[in-house]
Amino acid sequence: MRHILSMLVENESGALSRIAGLFSARGYNIESLTVAPTDDPSLSRMTLVTCGNDDIVEQIKKQLNKLIDVVKLQDLADSEHTEREMMLIKLKAGRQDREELKRLTEIFRAKIIDVTEISYVVELTGASRKLDAFIQAVPEGLITEVVRSGAIGISRGDKGLTL
Amino acid sequence: MELSGAEITIQALIDEGVEYVFGYPGGAVLHIYDALSKREDQIKHILVRHEQAATHAADGYARATGRVGVCLVTSGPGATNAVTGIATAYMDSIPMVVLTGQVPTPVIGSDAFQEVDTVGITRPCVKHNFLVKDVKDLAVTIRKAFHIASSGRPGPVVVDIPKDVTDPNIRIPYAYPREVSMRSYSPAQRGHQGQIRKAVEKMLAARRPVIYTGGGVVLGEASASLVDLVRSLGFPITSTLMGLGAYPMSDRQFLGMLGMHGTYEANMAMHETDCLVAIGARFDDRVTGKIEHFCPHAEIIHVDVDPASISKTVRVDVPIVGPVQSVLQDMLSILKELGGKPDQTALDAWWRQIDEWRGMDCLRYDRGSGLIKPQFAVETLHKVTNGELYLTSDVGQHQMFAAQFYPFDKPRRWINSGGLGTMGFGLPAAMGVQLAFPDAQVACISGEASILMCIQEMATCKQYDLPIKVILLNNGYMGMVRQWQEFFYDSRYAHSYVDALPDFVALSNSFGHVGMRVEKPDELEGAMQEAFALKDRFVFLDVIVDPTENVYPMVAAGKGHHEMQLPPTMSDRELA
Ligand SMILES: Cc1cc2nc3c(=O)[nH]c(=O)nc-3n(C[C@H](O)[C@H](O)[C@H](O)COP(=O)(O)OP(=O)(O)OC[C@H]3O[C@@H](n4cnc5c(N)ncnc54)[C@H](O)[C@@H]3O)c2cc1C
Ligand SMILES: Cc1ncc(C[n+]2csc(CCOP(=O)(O)OP(=O)(O)O)c2C)c(N)n1
Ligand SMILES: [Mg+2]
Repeated sequence: MRHILSMLVENESGALSRIAGLFSARGYNIESLTVAPTDDPSLSRMTLVTCGNDDIVEQIKKQLNKLIDVVKLQDLADSEHTEREMMLIKLKAGRQDREELKRLTEIFRAKIIDVTEISYVVELTGASRKLDAFIQAVPEGLITEVVRSGAIGISRGDKGLTL
Repeated sequence: MELSGAEITIQALIDEGVEYVFGYPGGAVLHIYDALSKREDQIKHILVRHEQAATHAADGYARATGRVGVCLVTSGPGATNAVTGIATAYMDSIPMVVLTGQVPTPVIGSDAFQEVDTVGITRPCVKHNFLVKDVKDLAVTIRKAFHIASSGRPGPVVVDIPKDVTDPNIRIPYAYPREVSMRSYSPAQRGHQGQIRKAVEKMLAARRPVIYTGGGVVLGEASASLVDLVRSLGFPITSTLMGLGAYPMSDRQFLGMLGMHGTYEANMAMHETDCLVAIGARFDDRVTGKIEHFCPHAEIIHVDVDPASISKTVRVDVPIVGPVQSVLQDMLSILKELGGKPDQTALDAWWRQIDEWRGMDCLRYDRGSGLIKPQFAVETLHKVTNGELYLTSDVGQHQMFAAQFYPFDKPRRWINSGGLGTMGFGLPAAMGVQLAFPDAQVACISGEASILMCIQEMATCKQYDLPIKVILLNNGYMGMVRQWQEFFYDSRYAHSYVDALPDFVALSNSFGHVGMRVEKPDELEGAMQEAFALKDRFVFLDVIVDPTENVYPMVAAGKGHHEMQLPPTMSDRELA
């Protein structure tokens, strides 16, 4: 099963490599990983998407919690949560495909943010699955480039992942 | 008090109460060595002959005393040489602080002379590591390193110190922090009371209980409580290689080691038990054998300070996260409070079954041989030393024979590399032990292949007059490898024969030590007595043993505990 692990980690140079190293050393899966600063300059927020059976994910969480740089960890799969990922996708948009691509963008509530004679750049935000679906929907051969941010997530309700 | 970074490093070690630093100098640590040279009245430095030995010596010191072992090595090759010893300590959860020199901060990342990414290289085999970029962080980082190394599940911590951080001309006020607070590190102090109660209830209800203990009991200084619990319950107990001695091995309730080379009775008891109580053990694959066959009838209780050890390879029914000592104390008081007793009739029947297994005498060997059997050598060692040794070991058959035939009755007496299985560990580890206990009898049991991996340390032993006894079980083969090749590769002995061995007697002499060789069984005891009578000398005893002997019983990889291979001297009828 897919799990979104959300972590507060010490904002130190070694933290990212410790976490990435743990996954490669123990053969765990990383689907995506994002890191960015938070409102507290001493902490970064890291969101890691992994998959595995319950035993493996349990072990992943224990191993992450053991890392001294990991201050707090939350498995978003444990509760109601919202997930978002952003994608920028460059499409070949020749005259004959423009209408179709525009329609697709509308259906997915995406935005065309750059246009040339022969291309579009489309911005799309949503759950990772929605981004996958968009890619699927683009007619064969029209994708030039895909860049995705990796998923981030936050729990619903008034409780937050704080110290 | 204003100190330079180099002086801070040394002062911090002194403030930690460090007795010995095991090390080897080089460019990046010269400021530190200079500062050290002025303080040798308060802290002693042991100059090893290879950085690997510095780490093993510090490790041996830590295993024998329970205190943090300390090493100091230079950047680049100094640090990489130390890696094997760091990994060895990591796998066995040994508290250690390793200070490594690093190139000056301005040139880090430029492939400077003797630069390696020490923090990167050691990351997967340390509990934690630090790169100190500012002298102001030095004292607190060293304090944190000792705190992390020695608390919770212990382990090695590396502190990488760039040369400019130790600059003798930059002095700052020094005060050693007594406490450190780390918001993301707080090891469990006590087990969950409800879980402990549940465990005790299950133990009292068990009909065929087994207590399975490991290195955690030694690391957690919980021997006395363990003995109380085991005696008051009357349960059988077995231990991993790492836990030997935490419960007296010569006691009747002790079934011997379990696992790949464990005893028949211990492994059969594991197979048949209905209630397994795992205490400070981590269900290693050498212990469990094939997981699908592991303890098929048991409910499992597991006490461990590291939550990640629990349900890692074997799923358990009652997890208890906490230090063994406090959990055992809690168990004892709950037992008292409940006033319950285990089902004595069931327990008697269980013991009758165990005694039947014991009757198989699975450790028997040919006592009539004209060659010295390695088992006989260990038994003789036990006799000559009254079971009082601190015994370090290298890796191989000799290690297993020592574990099987030298019953340790106290913790911290059996010192070996279990998790990593590092050949070359034994001799330097013995140096650390002998320094910690100058008046104790310390021996290193080794094989002719292993001993060559850190043989240079005979020079260190000479320099510091360490009266260690090396007991070499010389079978002319990498015996453990040869055994696997005999069993699993149709006796094709690919490169397990060590050709061109040195004359170990002459070699010891050339290092300034006493060397002795013994080849006949009836001369062995006398030779050992002679060796141990030389109280202030390092003695190398080269014992020529049967080259073909194998370690039995053996649970081959991928087999269950009940599928042990027993010694060939047992007739088929006895096995049936
Ligand atoms: C050639 C060879 C053959 C081997 N054959 C065997 C064999 O037949 N049988 C065998 O048993 N081993 C054997 N080993 C050793 C094996 O590889 C493992 O090292 C060993 O089984 C692990 O022991 P352990 O489970 O006690 O764990 P350790 O590595 O000692 O780990 C200790 C556990 O206790 C926990 N702990 C630490 N401190 C505390 C505390 N204060 N409170 C609570 N918990 C704590 C830790 O978190 C950890 O989970 C062999 C090794 C070699 C090299
Ligand atoms: C550094 C290292 N390299 C290789 C091994 C694999 N290995 C395990 S036991 C062994 C043979 C040890 O031979 P010896 O020291 O003579 O001991 P014996 O088994 O003969 O008692 C080897 C090569 C190891 N454990 N460590
Ligand atoms: Mg050998």
